[in-house]
Amino acid sequence: MENIQKTKKKPSAFFRILKGYFFNHKLATALSVLCVLLVAVSSFAAPLILQNVTRLLTETLENPAQFTFEASWGQVLILGSILICCYIISIIAAFTFSQINAVVGQKYMDELRQEIFKHMEDLPVKFFDTHDKGDIMSVYTNDVDTIRQLVINSIPEVLMCSCTFVAVLIIMSISSIWLLFIVVIGAVIMMFSAKHVGGKSSKNFIAQQKIIGQEEGLVEEMMNGLKVIKSFNHEEESKAKFDKINQEFNEVSTKANIYANILMPIMGNIGNLLYIIVALVGTLLCIYQVPNLSFIPGTDGSLLTTLSVPTWIGIIISFLPMVRQFTNSVAQMSNQINTIALSIGGSERIYEILDEPQEVDDGYVKLCRAKYDENGNIVEVSNKKEATIWAWKHPHQADGTVTYTLLEGDIRMYDVDFGYVPEKIVLHNITLYAKPGQKVAFVGATGAGKTTITNLLNRFYDIADGKIRYDGININKISKKDLRESLGMVLQDTNLFSGTIMDNIRYGKLDATDEECIAAAKLANADSFITRLPEGYNTVLRNDGSNLSQGQRQLLSIARAAVHNAPVMILDEATSSIDTRTEKIVTEGMDNLMKGRTVFVIAHRLSTIQNSDVIMVLDHGNIIERGSHDELIAQKGVYYQLYTGAFELE
Amino acid sequence: MQKQEKLESYETANFKYKDIVKRLLSCVREYKKASILSVIFIALETLMECAIPFVMSMLIDQLEEVVRLNAEEGVVVSNSVILNSVLIFSGILLGLALVSFTCGVLAGRFSAIASSGYAKNLRKDLFYKITTFSFNNIDKFSTSSLVTRQTMDIWYVQMAFMMLIRVALRAPLMLVFSIVMAVIMAPDMSWIYAITVPVLAAALITILIKVTPLFLKVFKKYDRLNESINENVRGIRVVKTYVREEYEKEKFGKASDEVRVGFTKAERLIALTNPVMYVAMYLSMALIIFIGSYVILINRGSENSPLSIGQMSSLITYGAQILSSLMMLSMIFFMISMSIASMKRIYEVLIEEPTIGKNQDNPNLCKEVATGDIEFKDVNFKYKETAKKYALSDINVKIKSGQMVGIIGGTGSSKSTLVNLISRFYDTTTGEVLVGGVNVKDYDVKALRDNVGMVLQKNVLFSGTINENLRWGNKEATQEEIINACKIAQADSFVQSFPDKYESQILQGGTNVSGGQKQRLCIARAIIKNPKILILDDSTSAVDTKTDALIRRGLRETLPNTTKIIIAQRVSSVTDADFIIVMDNGTINGIGTHDELLKNNAIYKEIYEIQNQVGGMK
Repeated sequence: MENIQKTKKKPSAFFRILKGYFFNHKLATALSVLCVLLVAVSSFAAPLILQNVTRLLTETLENPAQFTFEASWGQVLILGSILICCYIISIIAAFTFSQINAVVGQKYMDELRQEIFKHMEDLPVKFFDTHDKGDIMSVYTNDVDTIRQLVINSIPEVLMCSCTFVAVLIIMSISSIWLLFIVVIGAVIMMFSAKHVGGKSSKNFIAQQKIIGQEEGLVEEMMNGLKVIKSFNHEEESKAKFDKINQEFNEVSTKANIYANILMPIMGNIGNLLYIIVALVGTLLCIYQVPNLSFIPGTDGSLLTTLSVPTWIGIIISFLPMVRQFTNSVAQMSNQINTIALSIGGSERIYEILDEPQEVDDGYVKLCRAKYDENGNIVEVSNKKEATIWAWKHPHQADGTVTYTLLEGDIRMYDVDFGYVPEKIVLHNITLYAKPGQKVAFVGATGAGKTTITNLLNRFYDIADGKIRYDGININKISKKDLRESLGMVLQDTNLFSGTIMDNIRYGKLDATDEECIAAAKLANADSFITRLPEGYNTVLRNDGSNLSQGQRQLLSIARAAVHNAPVMILDEATSSIDTRTEKIVTEGMDNLMKGRTVFVIAHRLSTIQNSDVIMVLDHGNIIERGSHDELIAQKGVYYQLYTGAFELE
Repeated sequence: MQKQEKLESYETANFKYKDIVKRLLSCVREYKKASILSVIFIALETLMECAIPFVMSMLIDQLEEVVRLNAEEGVVVSNSVILNSVLIFSGILLGLALVSFTCGVLAGRFSAIASSGYAKNLRKDLFYKITTFSFNNIDKFSTSSLVTRQTMDIWYVQMAFMMLIRVALRAPLMLVFSIVMAVIMAPDMSWIYAITVPVLAAALITILIKVTPLFLKVFKKYDRLNESINENVRGIRVVKTYVREEYEKEKFGKASDEVRVGFTKAERLIALTNPVMYVAMYLSMALIIFIGSYVILINRGSENSPLSIGQMSSLITYGAQILSSLMMLSMIFFMISMSIASMKRIYEVLIEEPTIGKNQDNPNLCKEVATGDIEFKDVNFKYKETAKKYALSDINVKIKSGQMVGIIGGTGSSKSTLVNLISRFYDTTTGEVLVGGVNVKDYDVKALRDNVGMVLQKNVLFSGTINENLRWGNKEATQEEIINACKIAQADSFVQSFPDKYESQILQGGTNVSGGQKQRLCIARAIIKNPKILILDDSTSAVDTKTDALIRRGLRETLPNTTKIIIAQRVSSVTDADFIIVMDNGTINGIGTHDELLKNNAIYKEIYEIQNQVGGMK
């Protein structure tokens, strides 16, 4: 039942994809349809002309008296010229069509890819937190390509075949409706078997897609844990696990391919059978002198005409090749079933992303360059050089005035509640003040809500209740873009991008000079390891910087934040993978970096956070203790226990 | 670096094609029968496909004869004669169709079985081979490249194999059949094909040669595009933090455009094949019609005309077949040339010799690890023969069974390298490592590793329940043993807090447990092995000091005879060790107890002071 409902829902996404293609490439579509029609017409006309030539030759040979060589040759030349015209048209059409396909097919794929990517970039963080990363990837790698296959191969093929299909149908109806009747029944049988066999094949191909995903997941897991496997002598067990899924993969794949492979022989031979039946029935009709029925009235004006035996046979002769053409076109159409089935699934997944609502940025308070005027008021300046400060530009809708507030990095939270899902609140009544230049630390077990608080500051997630003020402004009023610009962030999972090390540091500030980047790297103590690399700052990173150690990657991401130079910094386990000696050196740099900034620190090592102005101890989403290191130690509470090692953090 | 590696595997690896094909085809194994049957049935089906139109045209000729007789000579052919001849041909056709159907279905079946099975074997061989790899081999290929080889590359090779058994015989058969028929039908006219066929073949080959490198080039760009998508999906927080959405879009747009341009260029070339074939086909037809008609007309009336009308039309039919089978052939070549890179990449893994674990059948190998004594004798080690710098030099150290030894040192001081030599993950370059008094090279590798419990720095749990993960250490471990090990590793309490306790599912990559929990589970997994030597390579970095101390106490108390080696960042993790090895830059900088080292080792003292002055960890 579920399956049926699913298939009923599917076409919508599928048709949206098609619509998208045809509407964005009207000219190309029109041109390729025209080309397909031309190819179809000429491939249909050519045999007819050939027939005429043979008929002419036959007549000439039979009645040599009536036809002179010159007359016949003249006729042949005329017919031949028409034929050549047909050929030339057909070649030009085929050429144009295939070139359009190559260009437009790739263009469409490019557009689709970019559309999905652009949409994806503006999706809220929540989307990425709740979707499997491999699944998102496979939309780009598999689904987009399936759609291209559909658009440039399957649809033209179906179109071309339908042309032949219709043309042959019309001509057959002109010849004999009796025979047409048989052919139509045959076609219906063919379509039914195509649906049956093709459906089974599609079902298995879709199952295969799924198992490919599983197999890739397993292989990836095994490859990542290869060294662990070796150290536990666990090769045999891993092999067994792999064998199981490999076997399953094989079974599904075999089934899918069997059905796909036998489709053509089945269709082709139903076609052959139909040919035989038409020949036999035609002969019988002729022998028993059944009057022919056709859409073209006979000489006496009626549709039902009695024919002589030879005329009947003539009809059969012209009818039989058409049967072949007709059944071929049906068979070829049905051969596209698998591509169509796969692309229906693909377009669904594409639209799952495209239909996901994007992050809304309706904040109207923006950051601007400013300076103090003579009276000590903040005024906006357009010239970068004049600017001395950054300010929040706050237009008031009520009276149309604009106020400017100095960007300082003063952050306050009042009674904030939050849950990733509304039913489950994970942060309760969080109230905290971070004055400009203060260092605020969060301590607590995994899942206590440390990272969640920082996710609220940059509005990756929005609070359920309470308020957050940034320099006295409700952060919901601040444009997300500008809000995030004003926050620097270093996360535990460093994500680097393909490109040189310099590019990666410059990511923090796109117009930073090389000198600025190097200065930032020095600040983060990354300079020494970078300069030791053979290519230095021009070392190209690939695969998320997999050629660097985790510690080196963290240093790079600190440098990136340093170049970004924001008044507020969030450091979420930013130094967890750096060894103590290096951390000590980094900390010095970090201290310079943090000077004059509001900093939120999350760290496992208490050494990292000891010199914070305020330390918040979190437990199950509540702040249970707060104060400076000394205060908390004096308090002899949870922090004290943690510090002395009497209490466990996890 | 990565780039270079790719270039190497694509270009500099000059394998003999013969060897590659031979090795890859050897994976056919039990599917040999299916493969051969598939080829045979496809051949038969092809014959039927050639024969059926032939019989069909004979039927039409027969009917035409009736009409002609009637018109010319006024002979009325009796109904029974007509019916008889139609029946005869229909019968033959029916028979042929039946054979064709049977062959087609069987061929489809066998080829599906063969190609899927072949891919299965290939995947299996590759996976099995990789499990024999030593750490050296693993380091040589990166993890991601091993994954691609097992997925994408196999897919391409499977497609090529399928193509090979389904079309490789069909196309040449069609070609030969059609040429033979054309020559038989009209020996005097078939020379036309002698012109057009080579022209077409030359054109197709030129396209093929030109397009292959284009595709290889653009595939590399395409890989990078996907890499960039991957980075964005994983690093979305960074992108959003720095408000780089527009920048990323633009960057992606450019890369995507580049891919499009590359593919378009290649595909436009490929797209030429169709029109080229049309040109060849139509040219031949036009030639046949003009010359044929001329010949027929000029010779009209003469008894021995070199060409009849019927011959002319069948010449056209067979011509179409000749050219389309050429097209098919060119497609096979194309598919195969596309998969050559993949074949090479797979072959590269298949022929890789595991650097450790050879000669494991030698009965003289030691199967028992007697004690947990460890000795490093003049050990020098470098990762690659060609490397200039030694990762370890002049290592001399003796550890007695049951001792607890700490190793401390900065990042890159080769701490992990040192312990990796104990389980013989790598072989020393010079010098020897003795375990239980026996050189590790003289052990059966399996026996050695069974007795060395190693908790690697890069901890990995596998998808499955906690129990399943822990039983890696010992398949037969009872629930009690598991719980005991977890208690030592301080993992029992949090496992008990999970709703499904020891039956809780660990997700792929262990993402649903915290870093500290993962580390403790990994320690428990190693304890369950009940090894002679237990090595913790920075395995408690995410565990708090108290727990860390409890784990060490547990190890000391419950595993008194096991040699315990602990690599740590924190001085507090090693203070109570029997002795501590201070590593610096691949050499041993100092050996001694905590107190001794504090007195006479500058590095140790510095680390201790940093940690105590700022951290004050107990």
